[in-house]
Amino acid sequence: MSPSETLASIGRRTIRNLGSLGRHAVFFVDVLRHVPGALRRFYLVVTQIYAIGNDSFVIIAASGLAVGFVLALQGYYTLSRYGATESLGLLVALSLVRELGPVVTALLFAGRAGTALTAEIGLMKAGEQLAAMELMAVDPRSRVLAPRFVAGIISMPLLAAIFSAVGIIGGWVVGVPLIGIDPGAFWSQMQGGVDVWKDVGNGIVKSFVFGIAVTFVALYEGYESNATPEGVAQATTRTVVVASLAVLGLDFVLTALMFSTP
Amino acid sequence: MGRKGIEILVGLFVLVGMLAVVFLALKSANLASFSSDKTYEVTARFDNIGGLKMRAPVRSAGVTVGRVKRISFDNKTFQGLVTLEIDTRYEFPVDTSAKILTSGLLGDQYIGLEPGGDDKNLAEGDVIKSTQSAVVLENLISQFLFSKAETGDTADKSASKSDAKADPKPDAKAPAHK
Repeated sequence: MSPSETLASIGRRTIRNLGSLGRHAVFFVDVLRHVPGALRRFYLVVTQIYAIGNDSFVIIAASGLAVGFVLALQGYYTLSRYGATESLGLLVALSLVRELGPVVTALLFAGRAGTALTAEIGLMKAGEQLAAMELMAVDPRSRVLAPRFVAGIISMPLLAAIFSAVGIIGGWVVGVPLIGIDPGAFWSQMQGGVDVWKDVGNGIVKSFVFGIAVTFVALYEGYESNATPEGVAQATTRTVVVASLAVLGLDFVLTALMFSTP
Repeated sequence: MGRKGIEILVGLFVLVGMLAVVFLALKSANLASFSSDKTYEVTARFDNIGGLKMRAPVRSAGVTVGRVKRISFDNKTFQGLVTLEIDTRYEFPVDTSAKILTSGLLGDQYIGLEPGGDDKNLAEGDVIKSTQSAVVLENLISQFLFSKAETGDTADKSASKSDAKADPKPDAKAPAHK
């Protein structure tokens, strides 16, 4: 391509991305505007919490247990080089509560609940259910989108807390009965080193922000998908990719904000 | 699944989530100990408890016989007041001594009990009279440096005296060398 064509294509792509960013922002504000309507029909939110939260419970709990096991094992191998194995409880708890709990839960949530949301809304669009709702003067944003948004925001912190708690129990199972670390040291080091507001509180704030991000991306991709089967499939893939990248990027920003020493 | 069924399950999910949050938050506070053994309480005063933490083990002959229940500051004697919980299976004489020891070189600190020889045993609420405070690494280092500086000074003084005696000879030789 000639230089002027390359320049033109860069310009087009930039304008297209700006337009996409604008659509994202408008969609976000739109969904937020309809949240009070969703809260008034709370039964819809409850149904969505069941679909998003309850159904994700098994994978989150199982993953939390597995991550706790592995953290305890790997932590023990490394700590034993410095004779600091009594800090294993502290290591497992801080890793889970500060980082792994919110981030891994968000990634699993994007994969399990995010794709379900995108596929559901994309199929609604493909089956013209959303158009039919608009014809009946029923706003699909307050009946379909906002309840799912609220359900996602409520479910994410709960799931992250479950992940961290089950992970700590898993770490205890490997550390104390299997490896033989003193249980008093395990819990007392943890209690001495984990701060309720700085560590647990920040972790919950992180999971809340990730919940907003993942649910928003899932809803947007579903709502803006092409109304064809391939379109829905592409939208589902995009949800996982974009949501995961957003979570990891936000995690870096939030960690820098929350845990940097002034 | 009916409407009621979904509501119950969602309620269960939210309950489990809240319990997880409470579990995480409580772990940062001081939980009651999980063990159900019967214990009796004994107190001990220390000039410096060092890095002793709550729920640190109380050991005698290396075997854990109890836990540290509470650490507080006595504003009248300006000493640290440590409350120990000892398993009722183990009885110690009233002249038992308590020391704050470190497991390993830089590990956690614990209380070591060394039994005395008295006939009477410690009962609930008794005070351990003979205690030894924790070794504070910084004080040790400063002591070492101070004593090093002292021996260095005396060594310098004796060396300069012998140098003064030896000096005239090199002076006499030096011009010859030049």
